[in-house]
Amino acid sequence: MSEAIAHSHDHAHDHHDDHHGPEKGFKRWLFTTNHKDIGTLYLTFSLIMFFVSGAMALIIRTELFEPGKVLINPEFFNQMTTMHGLIMVFGVIMPAMAGLANWLIPMMIGAPDMALPRLNNWSFWLLPFAFTMLMSTTLMSGPAPDFGWTFYAPLSTTYGPKSTDFFIFSIHMMGASSILAALNIVVTIFNMRAPGMTWMRMPMFVWSWLVTAFLLLAVMPVLAGCVTMMLMDRHFHTSFFNAAGGGDPLLFQHVFWFFGHPEVYILILPGFGVISEIIPTFARKKLFGYHAMVYATVLIAVVGFVVWMHHMFTTGAPIAAQLYFMYATMLVAVPTGIKVFNWLATLFKGSITFETPMLFALGFLVMFTLGGFSGLMLALVPSDYQYRDSYFVVAHFHYVLVSGSLFTIIAAVYYWLPKWTGHMYNEKLGQIHFWLSVIGMNLTFLPMHFLGLAGMPRRVPDYPLQFTDFNQICTVGAFIFGFSQLIFLYVILKSCFTKAKPNATPEVWEGAHGLEWTLPSPVPYHTFETIPVVHHQQP
Amino acid sequence: MNPPRSHKRLTLILVCGVIFMFGFCYMLVPLYQLICQKEGINGKAANYAVTAAPGMKVDTSRVIKITFSTTLHGGLKFKFIPLQHSFNIHPGEGKLVYFYAENQSGKEMTVQAVPSITPSDAARFLKKTECFCFTQQYFFKNEKADMPVYFFIDPAVSKDIKEVTLSYTMFDAGGFIKKQEHFTKGRIDL
Repeated sequence: MSEAIAHSHDHAHDHHDDHHGPEKGFKRWLFTTNHKDIGTLYLTFSLIMFFVSGAMALIIRTELFEPGKVLINPEFFNQMTTMHGLIMVFGVIMPAMAGLANWLIPMMIGAPDMALPRLNNWSFWLLPFAFTMLMSTTLMSGPAPDFGWTFYAPLSTTYGPKSTDFFIFSIHMMGASSILAALNIVVTIFNMRAPGMTWMRMPMFVWSWLVTAFLLLAVMPVLAGCVTMMLMDRHFHTSFFNAAGGGDPLLFQHVFWFFGHPEVYILILPGFGVISEIIPTFARKKLFGYHAMVYATVLIAVVGFVVWMHHMFTTGAPIAAQLYFMYATMLVAVPTGIKVFNWLATLFKGSITFETPMLFALGFLVMFTLGGFSGLMLALVPSDYQYRDSYFVVAHFHYVLVSGSLFTIIAAVYYWLPKWTGHMYNEKLGQIHFWLSVIGMNLTFLPMHFLGLAGMPRRVPDYPLQFTDFNQICTVGAFIFGFSQLIFLYVILKSCFTKAKPNATPEVWEGAHGLEWTLPSPVPYHTFETIPVVHHQQP
Repeated sequence: MNPPRSHKRLTLILVCGVIFMFGFCYMLVPLYQLICQKEGINGKAANYAVTAAPGMKVDTSRVIKITFSTTLHGGLKFKFIPLQHSFNIHPGEGKLVYFYAENQSGKEMTVQAVPSITPSDAARFLKKTECFCFTQQYFFKNEKADMPVYFFIDPAVSKDIKEVTLSYTMFDAGGFIKKQEHFTKGRIDL
């Protein structure tokens, strides 16, 4: 992407000699305070981590191709599931969303840059160090973290391998990174909106990220506190989670899920914003029920704080607590349902075309809703006792994270890539990528529902013979899904590094509305130095 | 263009919010203990001495089967068994039972027993006036002892409860020795 932007700048430079351009070479990326550069860094980092963590997923699926040992021993299998989960959540989805926020929020609200540009640089550059530290544990002589991404005590405290301390500090660093990024986004949205860009004229993507940023500010410190308690238990003779010293391992689950549940909304809400931008464009209609969409987003975030114990139904929770958390959890389906119905209403009688971003958005709409339904099944206390810790849970959260969060990110990249680079992506390859992804994704995760219902537990490297057929389907699907992402990589690289003349119009899409589409494609290095005035809501 | 608004003030407010939430995480610890204790959930109520309410009557109309079980945590070299495995009692009836413990580790040990009661709906109705689990227990090398639990089941317990299991897990508390008076009342050194 770097050359394309540098190229675009040189182009602009001919006309605006008063601008300071980016530095040349590596220093540009190290010292940059430009929101577009930092957005690119976040997205590039996320893409690299996506392939690293995806490779881990394929190792897991290879091991599960047949009962017995196929490739790796059980200890390494545990390390792979742990790393895959941690990297996908903290290293792929969250940085990708932060990258989209950096690129788009200033352009959408008519601001020249983020409010705190140097902080912005720092919040990105914490990430590569955090993940280098986390992944270096796989090369150490002892085992890497092997307790699952939820790192329940005492697995991670009393029985945690030595590398757990690296894990703790890397969580601290990525937490700090997320907090700083969220802080920057809140200040930008509060203080830097162009005149006339009132709260209720803000694009849905900006609204979604504002709510997400508040969630991040509220719960990332709780995660930091949680891992700090772990550190103290491990080394400073406290016993927050150790029953021998008067602590309680169950407390860990409460603290973790108090962070963990809002975290899942952190992963999906920006994606909701992306979908709310893409569907109106390709349906060539205004977003249906903008106000309801805003309130629904806020409501999801608020309710998200009071449902955490639905992750802990079988821990011996009192019946009253189980009932309350069941109903509260099912309540989340109401605002989420409002959003899904509003997207459907936007599509209704629209002049729909099926370009790649729209395909991914529609794929999201169908499969995320399926994932939501299996979530409702899990929320039911009586049935949860059966589904708990089975492959049904794995199927559920992959439907909402892969065909949910990840599909929205891919849709966003296809949608805004021509704006960022000035080059239309290859539509044919995009379509192939979509269909292979959808087929691969469903082939991987749909059979997992049945495996779970039949009683296959999650986080196991081996399984009884009767689960073999479905596991083999899962593995084949995983390889189709994994390798089809190479098409995505190729499409991105081609758009970024092609030597051809930029061929995207400023609007790029026929039905696209919003401040970012008033800028030329590719976007100049500096934008909105003259603050625009907004007179009406961009649909 | 409007005069640029101060980012400093908002940033400061947000940073205070972040610090508050970090503190809130630690506040969850006492909050959790408090709620569990008040609501009598998670066996926390079984960890504190209570006295029977003055007007409490023995409910002779029904019996509840109580079973004891013991677990040693993490390869602790102890012998730890209940002297009686199970019997029937009436709700409201006080009962004294002993648990036999023997230090087989070949060195002196400080241990802590942590109770757990199932079913969870019965947990807050099982009340103890004395228990070796209230404090850490110190054992000399090869020391043997019978340790007492004096308990009753509150007659307010639901009629659906027919059986209750009281289970103790014994932990090595060597790393967490508390400066508190050890509860040794009724302990019979053998």
